[in-house]
Amino acid sequence: MSNITKEFVKGLWAELPPFRVLLGLCPVLAVTATAENGFGMGMAVIFVLVMSNLIISSIRKIIPGKVRIACFIVVTASLVVTVELLMQAYAYPLYQKLGIFVPLIVVNCLILGRAEAFASKNPVLPSIADALGMGIGFMASLTFLGALREVLGSGTVFGVPVMWESFEPASFMVKAPGAFVGLGMILAGMNVLNRYLSRKKGESEPVSQNSTCASCGACNSCK
Amino acid sequence: MEYFLLFISAIFINNIVLVQYLGACPFMGTSKSTDVALGMGGAVIFVTLMATAITWPIHQYILIPFGIEYLQTIAFILVIASLVQFVEMFLKKVIPPLYKSLGLFLPLITTNCAVMGVAIMVQRNGYSFFKSMMYGLASGIGFLIALVIISAIRERLDISPVPAVFRGVPIALIMAGVMSMIFFAFQGMAA
Repeated sequence: MSNITKEFVKGLWAELPPFRVLLGLCPVLAVTATAENGFGMGMAVIFVLVMSNLIISSIRKIIPGKVRIACFIVVTASLVVTVELLMQAYAYPLYQKLGIFVPLIVVNCLILGRAEAFASKNPVLPSIADALGMGIGFMASLTFLGALREVLGSGTVFGVPVMWESFEPASFMVKAPGAFVGLGMILAGMNVLNRYLSRKKGESEPVSQNSTCASCGACNSCK
Repeated sequence: MEYFLLFISAIFINNIVLVQYLGACPFMGTSKSTDVALGMGGAVIFVTLMATAITWPIHQYILIPFGIEYLQTIAFILVIASLVQFVEMFLKKVIPPLYKSLGLFLPLITTNCAVMGVAIMVQRNGYSFFKSMMYGLASGIGFLIALVIISAIRERLDISPVPAVFRGVPIALIMAGVMSMIFFAFQGMAA
């Protein structure tokens, strides 16, 4: 049981996507103009990730090794179509706001990466725990980045005004430049926090490293 | 004139990485040196064009007549994934020099949002076939330009006294933000 807990917890901090492992950057940058969009995207990703890990780990023994990436893609794509149809039916305004990034979940490295690195080698229960941890970490990060950009860019969180009256929103934060700068600042902040924590534990200084690849199998060159 | 505007707008005003956030993973992953950036950019232009040329007829002549547009995602990703595999094998066999310079990047392109993004976007915008190809080419060029610029900046950053916590990806992201701000200035051109 402790094994499953360990798989669940690692996605929440030690391998937190996208702040520790830089995966799936496109949606991270694109849909975090508001906290609500980030949350919605995170929910969609959790669904696809948990279901794809569940399916792939249960059929992992019958997938031939050579065409496994193609199999993963088919599973993921079917799930993404499901999410698209569900969102059109029950959350149409959100679907319109996320626009092209809903179908693009299929090329999100996070999902292929977890399928390749974890679900294809582990039994069903740990795979679900892994997917849940990673998914919740991803959703929390997206919501956090969205809230940060929304506060600075329009003075609200989830549409509720939180800043003082004379606050002048910096509209650049909700546009593309703010996405890059905001993410860069958060990564630097993570590095500061890491150094502080490891110094407190008396360990040596960690090398600040934000990995851009978690062996999604499709990329041998991004190193 | 209309095509010219579309072309310029897709390269600069709506730059695919810096304004539309597509292809951010390879933008960060393969921008450590200019050579790699050039190779990756070339491969993206090539695959974007091929993918648009194949997915456009599939959508117009197969998905729409049968009323199964909701299968767009699954159809496109399968086509793009097998196309990339095919191109890789073809280049390896027929044009080895080109394979040497592009081959390394081809597997990575399957999970590049830019290729899939362009294929979906031309359908949502309802472009004609020729217009779609123009758009795909221009988006690829925009990606190449952004990637080469950021890689040149990152080569300089490596030898600059950057604060330790910002070293590597964080400062690269902030530079991308500054570049994005600059590209936003092109929006004045469209008006």
